[in-house]
Amino acid sequence: MTAASPRFRMTTRTRVSSWATIGAAILTAGLAALPAVASRGLIQDLFFIFTMLCLAQYWNLLAGYAGLVSVGQQAFVGLGAYTLFAATILAGIEPLTAALLSGVVAAAMAVPTAFVVFRLRGAYFAIGTWVAAEVYRLVLAQVKELGGGTGTSLTMSVVSSTAGLDWVSMAFGVRTPAARDIVVYWAALALLVITLAGIYWLLRSRFGLALSSLRDSELTASSIGVDAFRLKVFVYILTAAGGGAAGALIFLQSARISPDSAFAVLDWTAYVIFIVVIGGIGTIEGPIVGAVVFYFLQTYLAAFGTWYLMLLGALGIVIMLIAPKGIWGSIADRFDLHLFPTRRRLVVTSTRRTGDDRQRARQSGPPSGQMRR
Amino acid sequence: MQWVDTIIQGILLGGLYALYATGLSLMFGIMKLVNLAHGDLIVLAAFVIVVLASLLPPGSGVVLALLLSLPIMFGVGYGLQVGFLNRTLDRDILPPLIVTFGFSIIIQNGLLEVFSADSRRLPLTGWESASLSVASGISIGTVPLVCFASAVVVIAGLNFLIYRTAIGRAFRATSDDPETAQLMGIDHRRLFAIAAGIAMMVCAVAALYLGLRANFDPTIGPARLLYAFEAVIVGGLGSLWGTLIGGMIIGVAQTVGAQINPEWQILTGHLAFLVILVVRPRGLFPKSEG
Repeated sequence: MTAASPRFRMTTRTRVSSWATIGAAILTAGLAALPAVASRGLIQDLFFIFTMLCLAQYWNLLAGYAGLVSVGQQAFVGLGAYTLFAATILAGIEPLTAALLSGVVAAAMAVPTAFVVFRLRGAYFAIGTWVAAEVYRLVLAQVKELGGGTGTSLTMSVVSSTAGLDWVSMAFGVRTPAARDIVVYWAALALLVITLAGIYWLLRSRFGLALSSLRDSELTASSIGVDAFRLKVFVYILTAAGGGAAGALIFLQSARISPDSAFAVLDWTAYVIFIVVIGGIGTIEGPIVGAVVFYFLQTYLAAFGTWYLMLLGALGIVIMLIAPKGIWGSIADRFDLHLFPTRRRLVVTSTRRTGDDRQRARQSGPPSGQMRR
Repeated sequence: MQWVDTIIQGILLGGLYALYATGLSLMFGIMKLVNLAHGDLIVLAAFVIVVLASLLPPGSGVVLALLLSLPIMFGVGYGLQVGFLNRTLDRDILPPLIVTFGFSIIIQNGLLEVFSADSRRLPLTGWESASLSVASGISIGTVPLVCFASAVVVIAGLNFLIYRTAIGRAFRATSDDPETAQLMGIDHRRLFAIAAGIAMMVCAVAALYLGLRANFDPTIGPARLLYAFEAVIVGGLGSLWGTLIGGMIIGVAQTVGAQINPEWQILTGHLAFLVILVVRPRGLFPKSEG
């Protein structure tokens, strides 16, 4: 009746985030069109960044939100990669279809894995996942059809059966190897967009609220009806599916697999943890920053071999001890900047004075105290 | 007879795994810290012993090198705890895991840089290569036997330290309730540093037998961490004797697997661990909450 009682609306959107979403859409379109002008080297580099960023986002979801610190995500990268090789070499399935299958198989294998490793808590869970990854590595090293311990390569006929190759080589006037790079580049870009959009949507949904409450206090979350166990298992299976698909694309691109490379703890877990920690754990933006930083370190310093790895280890330790929120976390704290905000805010929507809605929204916008992120 | 031999070898191997596991168990028990660099620290200790043995006059034996390595490894553990790990003592499990994972990578690559990827072995000076013939078809090497005996002695010694001495009482008090222990005047940070130092001394003992039993190189640390972890979980958290049994179970599973197919050795060890984890999630002799 009177305007004295203001009405509220809950939102996660801010003006910055709306612009960020538009910017992300434009960037995606630009990246999709890039193969028309970019060199083969740039396409390969971006492919590397995309796949590592996907893995980093999954690990961030696991460790940063669900509190599941895993050092065994290489299990699902490897299972996905081996599914791709088995499906294409042994069953003659088209490689991109096989990559989808890899995600499904990795998710399916995550169920029995979770059944075992979820008996361990906290830090012991971490080592348990590592043991599980070792078991998969050792079992696949026994499969003679896929090259046993030395591994195998994709044959030319398998590689050239990839969907869209002829079209790409005609449209861009490139030879088959370059066309293959472009096709897997698009597949990785698609996976990345699905991953980022999916995680963003997920964290803004009811599910995301439950997950955030779990992160802040598992006990309190459980007491108000959040089923912590189910939620964690769900996140574990989801990230396994994503890791499997990413692994399939990575090894489709390299066309060569061995148990040691597919289940490498350094490549698919240590690097990924480094990306998340240096960028900023618990945010969507953090791993993006981390992946870019990691790419430049890898490009310019990887030639230093052991010294490079020691530097990465030391950087991870220093960040964790001095700025545990990482690069993005420090920026976000300082400037209250959130490109992909998942924190819920109350916004006043007055029924009468529509003119200064926006101003009011801004006044009540900043952090509402108890609700974190 | 062959199977009896296999099982005896497995039990003795379990002594080595119990030595790997004891340091890990000690650090978790006292400061609730899971050290992902544990395996790499064992390998580091092995290299320390190699270097010391090469500096000593020939023929003075590896045991002297071990004795000299003990204070060095105590210092490594003490420094690691004071300089880094004490800063991660929060309720959050992530910082200690990331920091020790970082150290795992640093130690591994540091050793690769200094000692290259060549595999090494500790020099044998006589008794190490001897073996006892127990029955026809069964002979027991001196090193595995002494290794197992060392595990028993180390565990008995640590149990004495923890349950019969003043510092042990402080360990237990801090483990049970750190805040109250501090109120009673215990400097928990120094205590943790001492515990880490002791854990690293046990690593040095383990490293001696690692180097005497087989070849080693800078990259084998993570696998030792996994065996140690499996022994701790199978035995049950908080029980050092349980850890010895856990080590023996993993050891026997590995030698039996290797007897069936040499390529299965590591795999059967892991599988035995997973089966026990499913059947008895809290281990065989649980003492404390996981």
